[in-house]
Amino acid sequence: MSDLLLIFTDYTLRNVALGSAMLGVVGGVLGVFAVLRRQSLLGDVLAHAALPGICLAFILTGAKAPLILLVGGGLAGWLAAWLVLAVLRHSRLPEDSALGVMLSSFFGFGVALLTFIQHSNNASQAGLDQYIFGQAATIVASDVLNFTVLGGLALLTVGLFYKEFKLLAFDPAYAHSLGLPVRGLNTLLTSLTVLAVMVGLQTVGVVLMAAMLIAPAAAARQWTDRLGAMIGLSALFGALAGVSGALISATRENLPTGPLVVLSMSAILLVSLFFAPLRGLVWDWARTRQHRRRVYLERLLLDAHVLHAHGTLTPQSLAERRREPVAVALQNLEALRSLGWVQEHPQGFILTPTGEQKAHELEQAMRVLLHRVEGSS
Amino acid sequence: MIAQPKTVQHPESGASSPLSVRDLTVVYREKPALWDVDLEVPAGQLCAIVGPNGAGKSTLIKAVLGLVPVASGQVRFFGQSLEQARKRIGYVPQRGSVDWDFPTSALDVVMMGLYGRLGWFRRPGRLEREAALRCLEQVSMSEFAERQISQLSGGQQQRVFLARALAQNADLYFMDEPFAGVDAVTEEAILHVLHQLKGQGKTVVVVHHDLQTVRDYFDHLTLLNVQVIASGPMDETFTPENLKRTYGERMRWEA
Repeated sequence: MSDLLLIFTDYTLRNVALGSAMLGVVGGVLGVFAVLRRQSLLGDVLAHAALPGICLAFILTGAKAPLILLVGGGLAGWLAAWLVLAVLRHSRLPEDSALGVMLSSFFGFGVALLTFIQHSNNASQAGLDQYIFGQAATIVASDVLNFTVLGGLALLTVGLFYKEFKLLAFDPAYAHSLGLPVRGLNTLLTSLTVLAVMVGLQTVGVVLMAAMLIAPAAAARQWTDRLGAMIGLSALFGALAGVSGALISATRENLPTGPLVVLSMSAILLVSLFFAPLRGLVWDWARTRQHRRRVYLERLLLDAHVLHAHGTLTPQSLAERRREPVAVALQNLEALRSLGWVQEHPQGFILTPTGEQKAHELEQAMRVLLHRVEGSS
Repeated sequence: MIAQPKTVQHPESGASSPLSVRDLTVVYREKPALWDVDLEVPAGQLCAIVGPNGAGKSTLIKAVLGLVPVASGQVRFFGQSLEQARKRIGYVPQRGSVDWDFPTSALDVVMMGLYGRLGWFRRPGRLEREAALRCLEQVSMSEFAERQISQLSGGQQQRVFLARALAQNADLYFMDEPFAGVDAVTEEAILHVLHQLKGQGKTVVVVHHDLQTVRDYFDHLTLLNVQVIASGPMDETFTPENLKRTYGERMRWEA
């Protein structure tokens, strides 16, 4: 609890938490479009490609003003995205190969530049490598202001072009046929993703940034079937992960914020994947099990019905018909009895009126189904 | 390298023809997908485009709508360029061209048909909802308006796409294989809409794959196999000779 209160009193922690939350919101919103357009990997390329941009910005200006470095990173990311699209348009390279090659080329170039800078005996270079994995502890009030301006710009634009982006994500060919400038909108959306990456560079760094684009959106998709709600939830999850990561890292010495933000996000995603109603894996398993059990019981009832018609529904006759041990047949009869489909009788068991009716319905349904199968073949 | 369709007026073609295509050629890599296609679509008729797989049927629709690059050729709509006539043209893409797991409802998809008319920055409101609902009603889908689109059957999804095009309130419609893999109810619904559109004097161009039904469903036929093999009124065009030239000698023809 005292840790929670720190967020209001501790200056450093407040900035870190605000910066991380901002990243969560902006990454969450733009990530929804990246995920729905199956361009998650493009986000990863944008992020990794920022590194050489940051280094070049430092070499050219000689200063470590965060905004200048972020702009440098953003420009490099944007260039990488443009190159990927150009390669896809003019070569036969498959998309995943183009993305992979661009990611490693830019990142490799960035690491080379970083090493070069570090050996140049420039005293002010210290800390430039924080952009690889992020170092949220260095976030100060002016950084939070930068993030707010960059992120606010991105969110505002998404708000303005919401319906166009929605159509672009769902059916770009149709958008084109309506006369929408699909290429321009594509470029705009990619540029906004670049803004989101810039917000995340200081907090989670170029390597982990993709998680903050993909995970909130993937988690949000589990809980809703509406795009608007998905965007809201994604932003909420991202912000939650940002603040949690900042708080957890504040509880101990030497716990890095960026990775903890990403881990918090992964935890939210994991819970969503398993437990979200409708799409959660756990409910999926439960539903499948339930369905199997129902079909099993219905088959059982039909067997019992045949024996009942011959007047010999006993554990022995059921076991023989179903080729199962008598003990299992007893269990099965007990299951049918608890459903109210059979009842005990001096000569063994008989179907109840409810059981008879159910069996008739099943036979009817089966006949229709078989007829349809024959008809279609 | 790649020319956009030119927008010159051909003196000989009537300005009122809903669709007039001249010398249209589309090339994917080296192989031509469409070669020198000439086509005049008569107003107020249901027109089928039929041909074997890979004949360029869908490509023809996409090319005239500017969705794929064109190597050469001219396309006019009602005597106008695509840009000028855009609002008079409706499009029903193939159902398989989108991801139906997209988080949206049937009604939302239909409202997308109104985006072109809404213009920038305006969100669909009550009027748009009501218009979209009316379009869903026309394809007997009102009860599924709020349904998430992945929970619809293939036929129902096709009807949602049809309703979206109806929302455009166009004069000329392009439909890419609307009858492919749909149930009997949907087939009826599509036919009903086609006849309604015809009754309103609209023109519909449909890519169709089923030779058994093409005669009953349509007034005008274009047989396509990279080139236009034959095009004209159904009775004159639907001949064994023309079909043989379109599908080749080895076609299995069950009359």
